[in-house]
Amino acid sequence: MTDDLIRRGLSRRGLLQTTAGLIGGSVLPAMPAFAEDKPAIGTYPAGVSGSTAFIGISVPRTGTYAVQGEDELKGYQLAIEHINEGHELIKKISPKTSKGVLGKELKFGVADSAAKPNEAVQAQQRFISENKAIMITGGTSSAVAVALNKLAQREHVLFVCGISGSNDTTGKDCVRYGVRQNFFGQTAAAAIGPVMVREFGKGKKAAYLTPDYTYGHTVTKSMQDFLATAGWTTVTNQVAPLGAPDYSSYLLNVANSGADVLINVNWGHDAVLSTQQAKQFGVLDKMKLVVPYQVPFIARETGGLMQGVFAATDYWWTIEDKFPLAKMFNAAFEKKYGYKPEWGAENAYVSFAHWAHMCEEAGSFNPPDVIKAYERGETIPSLVGDVHYRPEDHQCVRPVIIVKGKQQKDMKSKEDWYDVVEIVPGEGLMQKPDAFGCHLGDYT
Amino acid sequence: MISWPNLVSQLFNGLALGALLALISSGLTIIYGTLGVLNLAHGAMFMIGGYAGYVTYQYTESFILAVIAGSLFVMLLGVVMERVIIRHFYHRPHEDQLLVTFGLGICFVEIVRLIFSSQSLVVPPPALFQGITNLGFMFYPTYRLAVVGIVAIALGALFIVLYRTRLGMIVRAGIEDSVMVDSLGINVYQVFMVVFGIGAMAAGFAGIVNAPVVSLTPGVGDDILVETFVVVVIGGVGSFPGAILGGLIAGEIISVTSMFNPGYAYVMLFAAMTLVLVVRPHGLLGVQGRE
Repeated sequence: MTDDLIRRGLSRRGLLQTTAGLIGGSVLPAMPAFAEDKPAIGTYPAGVSGSTAFIGISVPRTGTYAVQGEDELKGYQLAIEHINEGHELIKKISPKTSKGVLGKELKFGVADSAAKPNEAVQAQQRFISENKAIMITGGTSSAVAVALNKLAQREHVLFVCGISGSNDTTGKDCVRYGVRQNFFGQTAAAAIGPVMVREFGKGKKAAYLTPDYTYGHTVTKSMQDFLATAGWTTVTNQVAPLGAPDYSSYLLNVANSGADVLINVNWGHDAVLSTQQAKQFGVLDKMKLVVPYQVPFIARETGGLMQGVFAATDYWWTIEDKFPLAKMFNAAFEKKYGYKPEWGAENAYVSFAHWAHMCEEAGSFNPPDVIKAYERGETIPSLVGDVHYRPEDHQCVRPVIIVKGKQQKDMKSKEDWYDVVEIVPGEGLMQKPDAFGCHLGDYT
Repeated sequence: MISWPNLVSQLFNGLALGALLALISSGLTIIYGTLGVLNLAHGAMFMIGGYAGYVTYQYTESFILAVIAGSLFVMLLGVVMERVIIRHFYHRPHEDQLLVTFGLGICFVEIVRLIFSSQSLVVPPPALFQGITNLGFMFYPTYRLAVVGIVAIALGALFIVLYRTRLGMIVRAGIEDSVMVDSLGINVYQVFMVVFGIGAMAAGFAGIVNAPVVSLTPGVGDDILVETFVVVVIGGVGSFPGAILGGLIAGEIISVTSMFNPGYAYVMLFAAMTLVLVVRPHGLLGVQGRE
């Protein structure tokens, strides 16, 4: 009978809503049971027709960002485990979650992106086609994030971005189907810039080490723009390819530049190697080092070279003194993996928890509904306090943590690398939503 | 505008970089010249030399022992690799050799990643070479200065083996005409094993000597492999002096170009390689080579 009604122009949804109206119910649109009544789009509803929902994860497990990628993957895995078991921490962020998202157990596949856009897109395309992934995620390279943005929009599958620091990700390359939780070049500059001016003074000369892709160029540009307001000048900007095997030539240029401050925009192993070599060449004895977009693990991998160095980051575990959810997260992560979580793990965990929250609020996996849930701009919890997503560019407005490397004598444990200098609220850091040319595109 | 201190600094840096490239390339070119095998696992062997040295350093805290262990371990690995796998490929097409050595390289990298994870590991330079030296026109890391000397000694030792010993004579004859050497009653296959071991040892030695310069990761040999091949092509495939010349040229091109525009360093390197191939298809010091 229902099929006849649908053929005659009355949808299943209409029929059910009409019925619900007759019995006086007004909550039906929020009920998960009606999710399958939305028009098919992307992998919906095929991907969630059974008892599970599949997520495609691509992180760099090889190459210069491999260490960060592994940390990020651990965050994803812990979030999925917590969502599936209805963990107390997930319930704090997504109160409607019981077990799984909308009652569906989460399954996932992992692919190595090697921080290369082509490899990430191929893997995610496979997850979408073969596994009907209802959501894709990944990052640690903005080039990958931008490529997956485009894939997500084309395939109408939500992309929950992993670490990506380029202004472009939610700027000129933003899409309706992409959201980003972490801070980025412009917010990094706005957060750490005042600290640098306060610490080092006005009218200083800066040298930059910049990785040659969207992340590097936009972070450097943002830092230059901000510091110019305090009379800082750029004496040299050394642009190196991602995964450069040796920074000696670049560092000689820096050493001979007469700069007061070296602003190292590199990330991953590139940041570790370039910082170590900066020390070898005596650059760090001549000038101050600043890392505006702090790479997780840089302190331990450089063996103390971050002492006294200012850096901006999404997360540092000692903020657990101020944020109870961070304390819960640290405890759960350390119990499972044996070390304090870093930024990648936090970003992955929170991004997933927020996605679960939005699906539960939408009452559906239907992508346009989930996107609209993000676009409500609702204030939701995170590990660093309450945050919200801007409807205009899908960028999370969240604080940036400024840290300073501790001297070895002040370290209370082997993972106590940084003092948290300041937790800068997100609102004051944000550019206008259209400042980088964001046009989100269509829902369908 | 050219800053002279910077130019001299970059020229010097090019020498240091080139010396290391020359050493790695010499191992690659000896193996190719003698055995006709393009060993795409050479970069992975460079990396393993670093890790073997790192492990030794952890137990002994001796840099010299780390260098010895790193070199010998990779030499042994090379010999085993040659006996178990490579010798079955001498008479097979180059494509098969490329694929099998490429595959071995991937396996080596993944095994190391499994054992050590991807985190950077550091081998400190020996106490004697720590710190920075004032050369008058520039400050330069003391250990990098030492590397130039260490590599020069290693290349000298290789030169003596290749040009002043009976083994070297057989190897050089093998490069020219292995069939003739075989017909003279010399067990060419035994020589091949030794040659593969020596070539591998050069990579392993370079790997541990380079470890204090660039921190160790499983992928440390990936980029160096590409540069090494460029060096071999510029210098002339199969030519030991060519590897040294090619290494020094490549080092200078990368370093000097970086002074003007770092983004073009590799563009210029490949442009130089192309130019050499156009003018001298067998490389600057290459012979006709194997068919």
